[in-house]
Amino acid sequence: MPKVVFIEPSGERREIAAPVGLSLMEAGRQNGVDGIVAQCGGACACATCHVYVSPAWLAKLKPRDEMEEGMLENAWQPRENSRLSCQIPLTADLDGLEVTVPEQQG
Amino acid sequence: MTSTILIIGGGQAAAQAVDTLRREGFDGRLVLVGDEPHLPYQRPPLSKQFLAGELAADRLPFRHQPFYDGHRVELKLGKEAARIDRDARRVVLADGEEIAYDRLMLSVGARSRELTCPGATLAGVHYLRGIADVAAIREGLKPGSRVVVIGGGYIGLETAATARKLGCAVTALEMADRVMNRVVASSVSEYFAHEHRTQGVKIVCNTRVVRLEGTRSVERVVCADGSTYEADMLIVGVGAVPNTELAAAAGLECENGIVVDERCRTGDPAIFAAGDCTSHPSLRFGMRVRLESVDNAFEQGKAAALNMLDRPTVHDRVPWFWSDQFDNKLLIVGLSQGFDQQVLRGDPATRGFSVCYLKGGELIAVEAVNHSKDYMAARKMIADRARPDADKLADPQVALKDAV
Repeated sequence: MPKVVFIEPSGERREIAAPVGLSLMEAGRQNGVDGIVAQCGGACACATCHVYVSPAWLAKLKPRDEMEEGMLENAWQPRENSRLSCQIPLTADLDGLEVTVPEQQG
Repeated sequence: MTSTILIIGGGQAAAQAVDTLRREGFDGRLVLVGDEPHLPYQRPPLSKQFLAGELAADRLPFRHQPFYDGHRVELKLGKEAARIDRDARRVVLADGEEIAYDRLMLSVGARSRELTCPGATLAGVHYLRGIADVAAIREGLKPGSRVVVIGGGYIGLETAATARKLGCAVTALEMADRVMNRVVASSVSEYFAHEHRTQGVKIVCNTRVVRLEGTRSVERVVCADGSTYEADMLIVGVGAVPNTELAAAAGLECENGIVVDERCRTGDPAIFAAGDCTSHPSLRFGMRVRLESVDNAFEQGKAAALNMLDRPTVHDRVPWFWSDQFDNKLLIVGLSQGFDQQVLRGDPATRGFSVCYLKGGELIAVEAVNHSKDYMAARKMIADRARPDADKLADPQVALKDAV
């Protein structure tokens, strides 16, 4: 199982092992990561699972599609490395992925 | 000092309330009673990926057992509450168990509205509300099965799309003159009807079902104009009814839902309510509403939790909704009731467009078809009571947020 790291808004590091096939959002939500609200459950309809991906990992992810792009553009404090964690399926080669949860969602 | 919080109803609002209560430091006894034998789970995928078999059942719950154990939540699942004894502050379950409470939250949801026409109780007539319903429906969704969907709303159309993707011959019957007529503009209705027809779903509007026929299970749907539709299976999506019986029997005010104020309080200071079962004031829109929406259940669950802890919290969100049908995503934000101007942004033929609603110059709602950018911009603008320029709104080259 790949291990991923969420840095919560408080600064706390949460290392979570989750099965391949789950989304990064599901891994965070099931383990109660603070700030992974994920109201729509992964439908790309709410922008409440927003994370900042550490630059080293950004290039390893499949790029944002148009729908995700549009959600993020008007989300809370988007950055170059913003992603919706529901749009990132966990794979074996994402072992070690590190993301930071913003202070606010939506 | 609150020592026991009891939650009746185990859906989205309950899952959120539990999370908020513990996160905010509630240290007392926390009991969650749900009538389904499942951990609180997400309902939106039931008519979509879960029905299609694309999402495994263990991905439906918001959180798994260890979360509830770790947060010391006493789960009483597959149990029904029979009555509330307000004087004694306790709830009696159908199996006789009594649970005393200091604070009670009712998040009992809504149930499918049922057909009442002759034949409505035949086998093969399905409603879609819970996991058990999906299991029964999925068995019948085989390639070539004739599936008739009654109701052209969200549930009906999402189910029709899923059944069609699974290779069924699908007919959707709608009483009104267009699909989703209560929730979207006619241009959006037309777009989705066209998408369904292109994918091979037969959509029939202006038709009223008067009778279901069949010997043991349903075989035929008969409409008022005499038309008939042969069916191996019927899926009914004609709306939902709030579950108010428990509250009403306890003397709590109910009127299209359990009546609560902006802090999720009923008339009894110890009893709160959240989610699809509530009728609550929307301060932003100046009216009382009952919403069937994930966002509302989530936010009311959170607000109710805080208010139960005596932290005054007002629930006043701009509502939002979404629907997935084939490869289209409909995103809706705001409430369009009472609009005096409707502006189309973009060309439906491009498969990405929006409809904006104004009232006295103020943006009150946007329906965005495959257009997440407009939707997200609108969420902020509606909350901020933005007054966009109608000409700029109509120009899709001008970003929605710049149309002020």
